[in-house]
Amino acid sequence: MGCNGLREIHVSDVTAAVKRLCISANCNVPRETISALKRAEKAEESPVAREVLKQILENHRIAREEGVPACQDTGVAMVFLEVGQDVHLVGGDLYAAINEGVRQGYTEGYLRKSLVDDPLFKRMNTGDNTPAMIYVDVVPGTNVKLTVAPKGGGAENMSGIAMLTPAAGVEGVKRFVVERVQKAGSNPCPPVVVGVGIGGTFDRVALLAKKALLRPVGSHNADPTYAKLEKELLAEINKLGIGPQGFGGRATALAVNIEYAPCHIASMPVAVNLNCHVGPHESVEL
Amino acid sequence: MVIEISTPLTEETVARLKAGDNVRISGVLYTARDAAHKRLVALIAEGKELPMDIRGQIIYYVGPTPARPGMPIGSAGPTTSYRMDSYAPLLMEHGLKGMIGKGSRSQAVRDAMVRFKAVYFAAIGGAGALLAKCVKASEIVAYEDLGPEAIRKLTVEGFTVVVVNDIYGTDLYEEGVRRYRIG
Repeated sequence: MGCNGLREIHVSDVTAAVKRLCISANCNVPRETISALKRAEKAEESPVAREVLKQILENHRIAREEGVPACQDTGVAMVFLEVGQDVHLVGGDLYAAINEGVRQGYTEGYLRKSLVDDPLFKRMNTGDNTPAMIYVDVVPGTNVKLTVAPKGGGAENMSGIAMLTPAAGVEGVKRFVVERVQKAGSNPCPPVVVGVGIGGTFDRVALLAKKALLRPVGSHNADPTYAKLEKELLAEINKLGIGPQGFGGRATALAVNIEYAPCHIASMPVAVNLNCHVGPHESVEL
Repeated sequence: MVIEISTPLTEETVARLKAGDNVRISGVLYTARDAAHKRLVALIAEGKELPMDIRGQIIYYVGPTPARPGMPIGSAGPTTSYRMDSYAPLLMEHGLKGMIGKGSRSQAVRDAMVRFKAVYFAAIGGAGALLAKCVKASEIVAYEDLGPEAIRKLTVEGFTVVVVNDIYGTDLYEEGVRRYRIG
């Protein structure tokens, strides 16, 4: 404890944690996702799709056991921090410390560097996968929770946002989400995890959809009406027939995770953000 | 049944492949994705020679992770193919016979495959650790400055893919969805 009851955390601890999580998340597919893939393999009707799911599970086993990235697209490093308001971060710039962790993780962990500096004109690879996409929330307490979620481009490119009217209702939300997954088809490496944001504003709803992907596969929204909508959407999506890798089959999605927020009386924003069947993310408390 | 083929692809080999076939490829694959395609097509437009002879060859849409010491390559699964759609027909016109990626192609690319007798294969997206086991050697052929997007010559053995589009105009993705769609 420092003076004034603040807990001091050195930013070098943040660097070390980010580095470790970048490497670990890319090699270790979340256990809940593995369980869902196994259930999908058992339930799958298509023999081709069953074989695909078997190979995906084999891939994820090799990645974990041999410490190699499950997918060559080791993504942009999404870094989410929940910083206790009674924490004093010392020893340097927090954002620089996070980016240093990304640089070390991607370089020393043999991960792919997938960022370009200027998006339109130069498109020069930055060479160390920085900068990270960093989101910081301030929460009560004296802890720092750190989540690293490497996000691949293939699934990210299939995202969508709609500024629906309140009149569109539940049916409007369902139609938009299902159509988004249908349009994405084989591109985002199904079976996918569907992150849905509802409410907030144009900017906030996209972040809600992304944060929904951080929830474990198989978990449900604490609000029973939204949990019911998650289940209904999953059932609808798995009628599309896209199946694993788009070759046809039942398992188009493993889960639909919804996060919602209050919004303006005139608005009902909806956003969809997809994860592939790898969908890496890992957290630590400092 | 699995069909074993080797590169470079002949007209006969290409004619034999049908959408839905499981295929194991041995031989050489050239890697190229967005940035490399842009450069290749620019070279053709300028009437210049390409850094490799693409006639009869297969281009694999991949940007691998760096190889660990002693390994030929890192994780090496396919990237999404539609981003190469605007470049692919011109390469087929210049003799390219195969493409490996994931995800569906535009009508223009599918038409070009019928016209120029080329096939499109899918490898399992997100199975980069598994697919890397089939890669025996890798060397950079061009555009090292592009990092993961450099053109590499891969030597592969039993590289497992599925035929998505054949030279007869059939599309595995459409067939699959038709069969399993409910309602």
